[in-house]
Amino acid sequence: MQVELVSPEAVLFSGECSQVVTRTVDGDIAFLDHHAAFIGALDIGQTQLWASDGIVTLALNRGFVEVSNNVVTILSDAAYAADEIDVAAAQADLEAAQAAVAADADDDEAKTALAWAETRIAVATAD
Amino acid sequence: MASGQERILRRRIRSIDATKKITRAMELIAASRIVRAQARVRAARPYSDKVTAVIANLASAGGEADHPLLREPAEVTKVAYVAIAADRGLCGGYNNNVLRATERAIAADAAEGRDYELVLSGRKALGYFRFRNYRIAAGFEGYSDQPSYADAQQVAMAATELFENGCQRVMLAYTQFHSMGNQSVAIVPFMPLDSGEFDDDDDAESSLGGPEGGYEFEPEPAVILERLLPRYAEARLYSALLESSASEHAARQRAMKAATDNAEELKTNLTRIMNRARQDAITTEIMEIVGGAEALAQTGGAVDLLSDTIEARTVDLFRARE
Repeated sequence: MQVELVSPEAVLFSGECSQVVTRTVDGDIAFLDHHAAFIGALDIGQTQLWASDGIVTLALNRGFVEVSNNVVTILSDAAYAADEIDVAAAQADLEAAQAAVAADADDDEAKTALAWAETRIAVATAD
Repeated sequence: MASGQERILRRRIRSIDATKKITRAMELIAASRIVRAQARVRAARPYSDKVTAVIANLASAGGEADHPLLREPAEVTKVAYVAIAADRGLCGGYNNNVLRATERAIAADAAEGRDYELVLSGRKALGYFRFRNYRIAAGFEGYSDQPSYADAQQVAMAATELFENGCQRVMLAYTQFHSMGNQSVAIVPFMPLDSGEFDDDDDAESSLGGPEGGYEFEPEPAVILERLLPRYAEARLYSALLESSASEHAARQRAMKAATDNAEELKTNLTRIMNRARQDAITTEIMEIVGGAEALAQTGGAVDLLSDTIEARTVDLFRARE
């Protein structure tokens, strides 16, 4: 199936994939060829694209996924591949967010930042 | 041995030449930036096309929520304007055109009893409205050369806040970029979002045209729409910022080209005047020397000495021409 990963500033990925795994706000979901038409809101999490030249793992900061006519379109605010992630910056964000959450357990913004930092580190240090 | 006038002219020509070099450099820089800005406009298009298509699909699949961003106001008492101008001048009428158009629109609203709010983007926009004592709700600057999506999010957030707090309508005033030589000021409705835009399936990309079986949603269509509409607003604002930026560079390129041409013309004219002044001075001086020599010759005596002097003086004069 055709997969397009689009951010507001550019098309980040466009090509054939055999499988796509991503995370909607309700949980992980995988798409294979000829998946039923689907629209979902994405959470912060990892997205994996089984492209012809290997599996691409990306850290996704929310967005949307639309599947129809064997085309998967992922609209994302921010998507980074492992080699684009600044691990040191993510680590710093992680510590700042952990401190913020520790100070105020109801701080949703800090929780979001925490999840985003964790995801980036997980993707960057995956393999 | 330049005369006074000649020296003044020479100094002016040198100064014009320096200015010309600067305007020429600015022209070239602007020209190269237009190309980049155009590429950014193009790069941003897939996202906004696709967001629009997804919203259209959501709407046709029954996700039509009664979202504030889609609700037409019953009565409009206050309009917010988002005006996009540049951070820098030296770009012809670019800033003034869009800012005057905004001011006129505000005046037209005032005539109908509607109040205004202003969200400004670009240092020149802030300066313009601050000088005229307008009430400014929010101002952003420092990115008009190369706006990023994060900049658009800031501005969109300020506009959304006004929309949620008392403004029934938000208008977007910016400069549309049609081509290198054609840009125009546009004031378009921004919020509420034009729901007509999502009804027309022809706008949607063919690959995203709704499937026969209908969609599965995760989570509810209304929840997705809730999240998607602000993105759509941001994407639209982002494309307005990018088009404005491309227009700014195009306007600056034209203005600087005109300035360079003017400098060139001025230089040609002044050089001509300077040469004439110098020639006049030389002629006068030769006439004086010849006249003096003749007066002396009539009295007789030191003629040889004089003719040497005349020769030396003439050589001097012609050297001065170089």
